[in-house]
Amino acid sequence: MSGDADNFEAAVKAKGAEAVAEFKDTRKGVLATVQHALHVNPALVPLFVLVASIIGFGLLLGSKFFSPFALTLILQQVQIVGIVAAAQSLVILTAGIDLSVGAILVLSSVVMGQFTFRYGIPVEIAVAFGLMTGMICGYINGWLVAVMKLPPFIVTLGMWQIVLAATFLYSANETIRAQEIEANAPLLQLFATKFQVGGAVFTVGVVFMVLLMLVLAYVLKQTAWGRHVYAVGDDPEAAQLSGVNVRRTLISVYVLSGLICGFAGWAMIGRIGSVSPTSGQLANIESITAVVIGGISLFGGRGSILGALFGALIVGVFTLGLRLAGADAQWTYLLIGVLIIAAVAVDQWIRKVSA
Amino acid sequence: MKKLLIGTALAAITSASGAMAAGHGTSACLITKTDTNPFFVKMREGAEAAAEAAGITLRSYAGKVDGDHETQVAAIETCIADGASGILITASDTSSIVGAVTQARDAGLLVIALDTPLDPIDAADATFATDNFLAGELIGQWAAATLGDEAPNARIAMLDLAVSQPTVGVLRDQGFLQGFGIDLGDPNKWGDETDPRIVGNDVTAGNEEGGRKAMENLLAVDPSINVVYTINEPAAAGAYEALKSFGREDDVLIVSVDGGCPGVQNVADGVIGATSQQYPLLMASKGIEAIVAYAADGTLPENTPGKNFFDTGVALVTDQPADGVESISVAEGTDLCWG
Repeated sequence: MSGDADNFEAAVKAKGAEAVAEFKDTRKGVLATVQHALHVNPALVPLFVLVASIIGFGLLLGSKFFSPFALTLILQQVQIVGIVAAAQSLVILTAGIDLSVGAILVLSSVVMGQFTFRYGIPVEIAVAFGLMTGMICGYINGWLVAVMKLPPFIVTLGMWQIVLAATFLYSANETIRAQEIEANAPLLQLFATKFQVGGAVFTVGVVFMVLLMLVLAYVLKQTAWGRHVYAVGDDPEAAQLSGVNVRRTLISVYVLSGLICGFAGWAMIGRIGSVSPTSGQLANIESITAVVIGGISLFGGRGSILGALFGALIVGVFTLGLRLAGADAQWTYLLIGVLIIAAVAVDQWIRKVSA
Repeated sequence: MKKLLIGTALAAITSASGAMAAGHGTSACLITKTDTNPFFVKMREGAEAAAEAAGITLRSYAGKVDGDHETQVAAIETCIADGASGILITASDTSSIVGAVTQARDAGLLVIALDTPLDPIDAADATFATDNFLAGELIGQWAAATLGDEAPNARIAMLDLAVSQPTVGVLRDQGFLQGFGIDLGDPNKWGDETDPRIVGNDVTAGNEEGGRKAMENLLAVDPSINVVYTINEPAAAGAYEALKSFGREDDVLIVSVDGGCPGVQNVADGVIGATSQQYPLLMASKGIEAIVAYAADGTLPENTPGKNFFDTGVALVTDQPADGVESISVAEGTDLCWG
């Protein structure tokens, strides 16, 4: 033992020749291979479900569904949930949950609208205030979670109520009509700007959603900050011991999530034309649904943010597909419920690969 | 679970503040679905003004969101404990609330359902409401008359409230179809009609976002839609945005119900062709007057002849009057609008 300590380099070299413990996959067979592949690429399952459902509805409904027009319509319909799901994914990757996303979205859009129309502030500055409002809400969430060590569920449950009530108190639930916005502050409807490629119709909101997802996917995978987010979600203590500033990482995640919700609020003005405090309130549940169907683990630290995009699209495909097939709207909810449970079941199964 | 948590928390808060505010003399309670919808805000204004005029105390309660049933039950219990003379309630859950309402009536309170009838309607002492079927019928007649010879070839989109088919949504929907001249299946249910002119039903949750999505869905089913029924004006505004993105906003007739100020303004701007206006302020002020009369000598309110409720009236607002359909102008509608 003392020899090793004195001459550790030689000892290391000598030991290096010996076999050390290895992660060796002893399981064989197709199922194990699939399980392993899914473990490495968690977005594969939702991608597969998405492609399968598009093909399925395409076969069932023909060109009515399988057209550039209908498929890009789905993108437009999921853009708000998709953007919010990006925010939700970040928080869920840290093993948190954000119930206040929808409320923050609504408040941000109301601030943008009211600052422009009630106070006559230039619309660019009003938009900046709206985005800042989202960041401030996110910061409060993050501070309470990271510094006060309160459970994210409770913090955001509270914030959800606070922000929603603040929105109603501030706006008196007044709608700012699309026609007024169009005439006086078209910048608020920026995300509705559309361009056509053949039969496909894209809007700025859709492009924003896709770009946001791609950028976040890159950042989460390739930057130190991104790896820290995963590390904090997987095991905050281990992350702390490895030198990750857990507190700062958590706060930054919630602030970014709030900012993204601010953008979602802006996108919603584009989508519905008007500023309406009653729209978008279910975005929290819808975004969690997208994230879960997208295969991101609610236990944190695992999953790909692109999965959330696929999750949102799956919901969109089922919603439009079933409507075109003439099914009762209830069937959509029923099937989405099934998908949620199936997604979590698959997640549990994949987890076993590391057990 | 979450909903339950919130409900319980709110129930605790409302009952606590109610207990603290217990007062003397004649008092009445107003329980609405939410504090935030301009419709209920207007209702509260009407009730407050009438209560002040009659010199009675008014306590207002509201659920957090539409559908928040627990808070309303807690509010009824508070009103009973408070010794109120009567309750005006817009129930979120029209059948589940009956137990609590019965309890209040047994305790000697006058219970009046505002805007939304209870299920069954006679569970309350009286109902002061818009005739939602008539509201629908008016816009249906207007749409058919406006289309004229084209009515038999109409392609109709039905933008409803929710899959749970709340009565208000069913009444407006079925009223519209009857007014348009379409055979109803079961009048207590929408979506069972077989007329080929109906492209489909979709739900909007009564807001812009839902209105847009539902419109897009139905346009994907059949792009030749030319008549759109909407449950309320926010849904109509959303539907208009969808039509605009399809380049169809000018050749589609949108009709709606409510008569809120932004909605009437949308009629002026040509977004909505016609809307049926209802009068929440009147419901509340008449309700307070009824409670005052009941507290004085036990008089019970009477129903409008021929109806099983007290009809607070409805008027069709449009700037393009159609033959044989009575309507008021946008200017008149603006004077009477709420929110």
